[in-house]
Amino acid sequence: MRLRVWIDERLPLDDVLETLRHKRVPHHRYSVWYYFGGMTLFLFLIQVGTGALLLLYYRPSAAEAYESVQFIVSRVPFGWLVRSIHAWAANLMVASAFAHLFSVLFLHAYRRPRELTWISGLLLLLLTLAFGFTGYLLPWNTVSFFATRVGTDIAASVPVVGEGLVRFLRGGDDVTGATLTRLFGFHVAVLPGVATSLVALHLLLVQRHGMSIPPSIERRAADAGGIQSIPFLPHFLLRDLFAWTAVLAVLASLATFVPWELGAKADPFQPAPAGIRPEWYFLWAFETLKHVPPTVAGVNGELVAVALMGAVVLGAILLPLLVGASPRARAAVVWAGAGFLLFMSVMTGLALRAVTP
Amino acid sequence: MIPPAEPARRGILNWLLGLWGGGVVASVVYPVTRYLAPPEVPEAPTLSVGAGSAQTLAPNTGRVVPFGARPAIVIRTPAGELRAFAATCTHLDCTVQYRPDLQRIWCACHNGEYDLNGRNVAGPPPRPLDSYDVNVTGDEIVITRRA
Repeated sequence: MRLRVWIDERLPLDDVLETLRHKRVPHHRYSVWYYFGGMTLFLFLIQVGTGALLLLYYRPSAAEAYESVQFIVSRVPFGWLVRSIHAWAANLMVASAFAHLFSVLFLHAYRRPRELTWISGLLLLLLTLAFGFTGYLLPWNTVSFFATRVGTDIAASVPVVGEGLVRFLRGGDDVTGATLTRLFGFHVAVLPGVATSLVALHLLLVQRHGMSIPPSIERRAADAGGIQSIPFLPHFLLRDLFAWTAVLAVLASLATFVPWELGAKADPFQPAPAGIRPEWYFLWAFETLKHVPPTVAGVNGELVAVALMGAVVLGAILLPLLVGASPRARAAVVWAGAGFLLFMSVMTGLALRAVTP
Repeated sequence: MIPPAEPARRGILNWLLGLWGGGVVASVVYPVTRYLAPPEVPEAPTLSVGAGSAQTLAPNTGRVVPFGARPAIVIRTPAGELRAFAATCTHLDCTVQYRPDLQRIWCACHNGEYDLNGRNVAGPPPRPLDSYDVNVTGDEIVITRRA
């Protein structure tokens, strides 16, 4: 008790608890989508934990990286589990972040005053993809080697700075050990630092503005004389913890029964193997690049594709500032979001179905 | 009453403060930016390499060999002629391979195809593969960068 008083005199814990005791969360037919943000956060925490464990044995050099991962999965007690959880949680985190993004989009939670919450969230999604891309090369296997060559070479199509950007990403002209060291640095130092700050900002904004209520629910609630809500403590928190436990169970099952494969060690002088393709969340972009002709209206096809994707990302980041408050504008957002989701799904489906000729 | 010299003095101080701030930022940003760009590592240009035995390269097959730091592909056409090209796909930098069933050079990454002269004939590659000269010395295939 004296410790509690001692702490309370120095840290406003009681104030925080008091605020949480009074905090309420709206409860309606779409409330289930509120849990995806928390799930993404939970998976991020798992990545931090398992990533720190992998760092104890991993060696970031072209000569040793593959062998050190092999050592982790074959010799270190539970190494296979830690590595498999890290790989699977990365995939689930991307899936959960996308589910969170599209639910926020379709439920119009980006509206005033939550513009910064949306922008920070979208930047976090891009960071998550950057984590995926930089982490992919680290085992130094064939698939990751060529995926990195393709992925970094896409930057070359950017006018003026493209070549410099590729050299910056690769640490030279080619994908070599220098690239591995560089991407390792991004993966374990630069990106976590930026992501942690952004997560803190994102959570602060969520606390500041509370959960958004979809416009349709808001209208109905106005007619019915108010919206139902549940206390954050303990009701919402317990539901959140239940969802996290379910995620952990799925993760443990996947990691145990479908352990992540290591593949063959990268050899820069071997051809790219048939059937090579990136992780599922980059498949739509990969398939799109396959269908873009070398030139489009006299312009480099790759450049056109990259410019279009860049425009979509920029448009998505600035969405809350571009969309008006009218129901028609909101309907347009839903159609655009659904269209893009359909495009991503079709392209992913085509890539999965593609049979090597 | 504020003496008339005061705003001028404040202006100079603000200017100096800005200069100091700018100097501090620049003295950090410049070396960091330079540090991030990898230095050019001087490398003796590879002009010619041995690409293995000519006898073991059967018609309608190919072989990827190191050409300096980059891969090259040497193929023997179905007619028996030896040809060599840079093995880096002109689309997005993957390493190509020879496909006997297509009788073409093929890139597995985005399904690009090149004919036996290295010309881009299908898929997204925007340019032909760079071609090399091929000679056979004894049984050794020697490929040479064109001048």
